[in-house]
Amino acid sequence: MSKQQPAQFINPETPGYVGFANLPNQVHRKSVKKGFEFTLMVVGESGLGKSTLINSLFLTDLYPERIIPGAAEKIERTVQIEASTVEIEERGVKLRLTVVDTPGYGDAINCRDCFKTIISYIDEQFERYLHDESGLNRRHIIDNRVHCCFYFISPFGHGLKPLDVAFMKAIHNKVNIVPVIAKADTLTLKERERLKKRILDEIEEHSIKIYHLPDAESDEDEDFKEQTRLLKASIPFSVVGSNQLIEAKGKKVRGRLYPWGVVEVENPEHNDFLKLRTMLITHMQDLQEVTQDLHYENFRSERLKRGGRKVENEDMNKDQILLEKEAELRRMQEMIARMQAQMQMQMQGGDSDSGALGHHV
Amino acid sequence: MDTLRQSPSPCSSRPSSPRTPPFEMFGPVGIEAVLDQLKIKAMKTGFEFNIMVVGQSGLGKSTMVNTLFKSKVWKSAMPSLEVPTPQTLELHSVSHVIEEKGLKLKLTVTDTPGFGDQINNDKCWDPVLGYINQQYEQYLQEELLITRQRHIPDTRVHCCVYFVPPTGHCLRPLDIEFLRRLCRTVNVVPVIARADSLTIEEREAFRSRIQQNLKTHCIEVYPQKCFDEDINDSILNGKIREQIPFAVVGADQEHLVNGRCVLGRKTKWGIIEVENIAHCEFLLLRDLLIRSHLQDLKDITHNVHYENYRVIRLNEGSGAVAQVVERSP
Repeated sequence: MSKQQPAQFINPETPGYVGFANLPNQVHRKSVKKGFEFTLMVVGESGLGKSTLINSLFLTDLYPERIIPGAAEKIERTVQIEASTVEIEERGVKLRLTVVDTPGYGDAINCRDCFKTIISYIDEQFERYLHDESGLNRRHIIDNRVHCCFYFISPFGHGLKPLDVAFMKAIHNKVNIVPVIAKADTLTLKERERLKKRILDEIEEHSIKIYHLPDAESDEDEDFKEQTRLLKASIPFSVVGSNQLIEAKGKKVRGRLYPWGVVEVENPEHNDFLKLRTMLITHMQDLQEVTQDLHYENFRSERLKRGGRKVENEDMNKDQILLEKEAELRRMQEMIARMQAQMQMQMQGGDSDSGALGHHV
Repeated sequence: MDTLRQSPSPCSSRPSSPRTPPFEMFGPVGIEAVLDQLKIKAMKTGFEFNIMVVGQSGLGKSTMVNTLFKSKVWKSAMPSLEVPTPQTLELHSVSHVIEEKGLKLKLTVTDTPGFGDQINNDKCWDPVLGYINQQYEQYLQEELLITRQRHIPDTRVHCCVYFVPPTGHCLRPLDIEFLRRLCRTVNVVPVIARADSLTIEEREAFRSRIQQNLKTHCIEVYPQKCFDEDINDSILNGKIREQIPFAVVGADQEHLVNGRCVLGRKTKWGIIEVENIAHCEFLLLRDLLIRSHLQDLKDITHNVHYENYRVIRLNEGSGAVAQVVERSP
């Protein structure tokens, strides 16, 4: 972008030129210095390739010492939240990426409670941000709010499962949902199209609000508009993840080696990995904005309407009940004291009657 | 497993006593002709085989059945949008008569749509167990009649194929609960469904983890070790046991590969040939279920599982047509 400016920079005497066209560059420089923060949550059943996909997207290994739990451990486990942060730097631009994983989701036989933990985590981050924002020192607010949630849909079903629908409906007002069809190399092209259409129909049927890419502005160039059109047409993205280098057609590509062929991760004919990556990177800013302007504001207005009282929190309720009880006790004690004072006065007034009365207290 | 009995050798009406010495023969008598007679009889009456497929929707159960028997047993695998996922588990049975070289096979396939699809899958195995026990009950009632039919129609489930989703990790709690309960009532053959999502290394790792899980939870799948009759059986079944669960891929469309017409799945990066042993283990499953162990499956169902059920029922109280109660493990 800065390359288009130099002609104007060299002639500052051009009439009518003030110089504030330089502002985007200033913003750019400041942002680069400050760095970006982004929190991505991944939710899906075990074995859908979430960790592999995250590692492939950011070309890192976020889970170096990962041990897959055995079956016995899976039976006892509840959903946990694991957040890992990496600092990625590319051409001087720093990105502080936090990936929030949710192991145990969808594993149990009875999954009724499996999204409570996730929802309370999201709310907690909003709560913390609200608290920081309302605080006195607002200079270094760390934004840990979840900006985007990749929801992994199993390619083996015929569409969305009841658990998928229930979960997405529970969080679509709190976080940007990007549905992703995992392990897409198990589907033929026709099956993939059918599944995508089916999922979109079901999303509409259940009124689930997923993240919608903003339309390209009319003044953007044709390429960008075309790219946005393609991206929008491919939702939900069907992806394959891998960080293994396989030899295919003479060059080394990231892919999965099968006896019947090689699935290339970065081949747009094989899967939508590149589209997902493009979407995430070109719309990272937009995802953060929507989180701030829509989801966070919703949360904030709800919270402030409730008057700072957390109704769901049982502990707070108990404290409140205690406080109320104490207030009641105090009132009763005051009343008793008043009655005693009255009786004292009456005793001073008349003797025998109040003596009997006095004993009854 | 203590109450399960050893399966007696199928051909004799009495258990062979080890003390009977082999009879010395002076010349050929023609006993071999019995085999031909058996064959002719079998051709006339035909065979019955009842198979049940259990697994979450979309794991390719219907396609697998079509591929196994090379016919359109189920019309279309994918349900339409108007049909909602059933709230409870309903079992559908479909019967077909398949003929090959003059031999008729009455095949009954029972499907379990809705298994494991709900948010709360607790006790989702109860309808399946109920169905299996119901078939045993029907057979028992027929057997107890004073005037019995010559050939009691056999609707008992001879084999239950359990489809494990290819997560690549290990068995899920639902899988373990289900397998644990079903292995005592019916022959269970677990398979890794949709195995085209796993590379060969992932497949082997997954398989060994599943085998470990099965061992830890004392789940005995078919072929059960305790029913091996002799050393040959042990060796043969041992080889099969090493490869259980088979990693299978099902397909009912044909494609042209190197001039041959093969069943497979066509993708942009290659064609997965279902009957190619280097691609998937469908052939092993087919051979196990149909070519080599079909009769054994039926025998174990009749001699072991059905007998166990019968003993429990007759001990409960004879004659009463009582409700089938699932024995808690």
